[in-house]
Amino acid sequence: MAEADTDSTRDAGDAIHDRDLIAGAPVSPTELDVVVAEAVDAVIVVDTEAEIERAATKRLGIMGWLAIGWMALVALMTIAPGLFPIPSLDERSIEALRSGNFGPQSGHPLGIDGSGYDMAAKVVNGARASMIVSVGAVTFGLVVGGFLGLIAGYFRGRIDTVLTAGFNVMLAFPQLILALTLVTVFANQQGVSYGRRVGVVTFAIGIVSVPILGRITRANTLAWAQREFVLAAKVIGTKTSRIMFREVLPNVLPAMFSIVLLGVGVAIVVEGGLALLGVGVPPGIDSPSWGNLIASLRSQLFFGRPWGVFAPSMAVFLTVLSLNYLGDVVRARFDVRESVL
Amino acid sequence: MSTRPGKGGGRRRVAPLQEHTGCLLEVVEIKTHFKTPAGVVRAVDGVSLTLDRGRTLGIVGESGSGKSVLSRSIMGLLPAHNVIREGSVKFEGNELVGLGSNDMRRFWGVELSMVFQDPMTSLNPVMRVGNQITESLRYHLGMEKDEANATALNLLRSVGIPEPQQRMRQYPHELSGGMRQRVVIAIALACGPKLLFADEPTTALDVTVQARILDLLQRQQRERHMAMVLVTHDLGVVAGRTHDIAVMYAGKIVETAPTATLFRNVKMPYTEALLQSIPKLDYHSHTRLTVIPGRPPNLIHPPKGCKFSPRCAYAQERCLEEDPPLFEADTPGHHYRCFFPVGTPEGVEAFSRNQERGETAAGTPVVVRTAEAV
Repeated sequence: MAEADTDSTRDAGDAIHDRDLIAGAPVSPTELDVVVAEAVDAVIVVDTEAEIERAATKRLGIMGWLAIGWMALVALMTIAPGLFPIPSLDERSIEALRSGNFGPQSGHPLGIDGSGYDMAAKVVNGARASMIVSVGAVTFGLVVGGFLGLIAGYFRGRIDTVLTAGFNVMLAFPQLILALTLVTVFANQQGVSYGRRVGVVTFAIGIVSVPILGRITRANTLAWAQREFVLAAKVIGTKTSRIMFREVLPNVLPAMFSIVLLGVGVAIVVEGGLALLGVGVPPGIDSPSWGNLIASLRSQLFFGRPWGVFAPSMAVFLTVLSLNYLGDVVRARFDVRESVL
Repeated sequence: MSTRPGKGGGRRRVAPLQEHTGCLLEVVEIKTHFKTPAGVVRAVDGVSLTLDRGRTLGIVGESGSGKSVLSRSIMGLLPAHNVIREGSVKFEGNELVGLGSNDMRRFWGVELSMVFQDPMTSLNPVMRVGNQITESLRYHLGMEKDEANATALNLLRSVGIPEPQQRMRQYPHELSGGMRQRVVIAIALACGPKLLFADEPTTALDVTVQARILDLLQRQQRERHMAMVLVTHDLGVVAGRTHDIAVMYAGKIVETAPTATLFRNVKMPYTEALLQSIPKLDYHSHTRLTVIPGRPPNLIHPPKGCKFSPRCAYAQERCLEEDPPLFEADTPGHHYRCFFPVGTPEGVEAFSRNQERGETAAGTPVVVRTAEAV
């Protein structure tokens, strides 16, 4: 041991070996090497497993297909509610009402509301209003926010400062209050038509989503507009508007699209919130939306009849979950593509 | 090509002003400074050059010498904010300095074009190769879709891409680096520019592909009778391929000459150092490579006097005080910025003096060179 210590020029590994030899230690260098090698292998195995798992989550998987299936169902409800084997909206089931059973039963898979109307019919028919409002709102946000974000990110400088400040001001507003104010001011008078009310609700939620989509678009545009192919397009004399929409926008779209999916989910929830406050899609026997169903049937909870709220809530829950999941898948795919390039 | 003495650095004018009427490109005293929080970066500090059709010019320099900024500045591709661009760039008699993007669009693509360094980033990843080529054809030359497609096919064929029909429908990520650079060249050549800038066109490529891309550029330049500016950090790249070479250092041209003259009769110690730093095939293994000591100067606070003096083996007291102007050598078209040029009695004396005292006037140690390095 003393020998090893005095020889300061030797490296640590030699010192250990020498000490082992002198002290007759049980662990021989070769054994040590094996242990180290195994530990290294274990680390590598863990890494590859994690990698495989990560790769798998980027594929759709069962959850992804379920989400797509549910969204297809929602789309069908929106476009063609007549295809579903459900009673019409104004059909009351007096027998079911008399029996006092408001839960799922034969002929009424999702139960009935306090007046004997079929919940399945309401949920299926309510999809249209909910989807029109949420998709319409996010489309509005996408077009306006995307355009402003593209301009801010591409031109930078003063335009960017002004637009970003505008986005921040809008984000500083409590979203629900802003939407509430807009609907109250523009569509809460007596005799406002259903169409106008839905339009204003859509617009109100759309305004709220403008800064979110605007900022995402701006950030991605900033990154992509620095790429050399934008300069290369400029060098061959491409017009600025063409560079923005043909060269930069297609690259930014995947990021925008993942936010759009999440945004539709948020918009559905906001629509429900507005309905709860009495300024959503106006409730009525023949004009259900998921939001106004929850709002108008919440009093049923006090009578121990949760089904009226449960059915539309479940529809909202599944839709938001599916959209979030698909949004994540899109984003993951987008990341993969960027790392490959 | 001919260069004029720098007004900013030179105290006396040595080379006579030459009249270049009808010259394709005439750059006079161009300066490009960037305003940064740390100070003004003098990336290009008074460069003059002229270029005729059918001629090629190699611009050589190490990283940060301003060679890329120079080519972008000539093309007017620099951002509008925080950039000072002075001097004159005349293209066929038209002044380009001061033109905005809208006016420059008349020149871009049709008259001036550029091949970028990295084909990985200079192609749009989400556009088919064919569309990227036909885009400028249709918009600049007003071609119909069929005509543009046929032209694009011919272009791809002429830049040596096999099965161009299939390539047209592919995305950039489906092509190899060399293929992509060929596509980039095809795009740059699509509208038949008269002047092509190639900004380190082979730096991002495999060594085996480099020579082929350079051959391609050279062939296209000859066939189309273009003028070409080849920007590179590799003297070997420009050696047999350009008519003239301009060596840049710290934003200035420090030596310029017809290619053969430059390699035969180096005057500027910087050029000599660059040449010596190229490893030679007949070196023994483990030969210590010759390096240029130090680092390129800070362009915000450049050293007083000759910018290369802190790293120069010839540096004398005068070099630290006075910025040398462009001197004209005996051979025509050969200019250099040095008080003690290589191969002259002054230079030999300066070098031996530095060797005797073991360091240059700037305090840089002088390594006694081996016979093969000298």
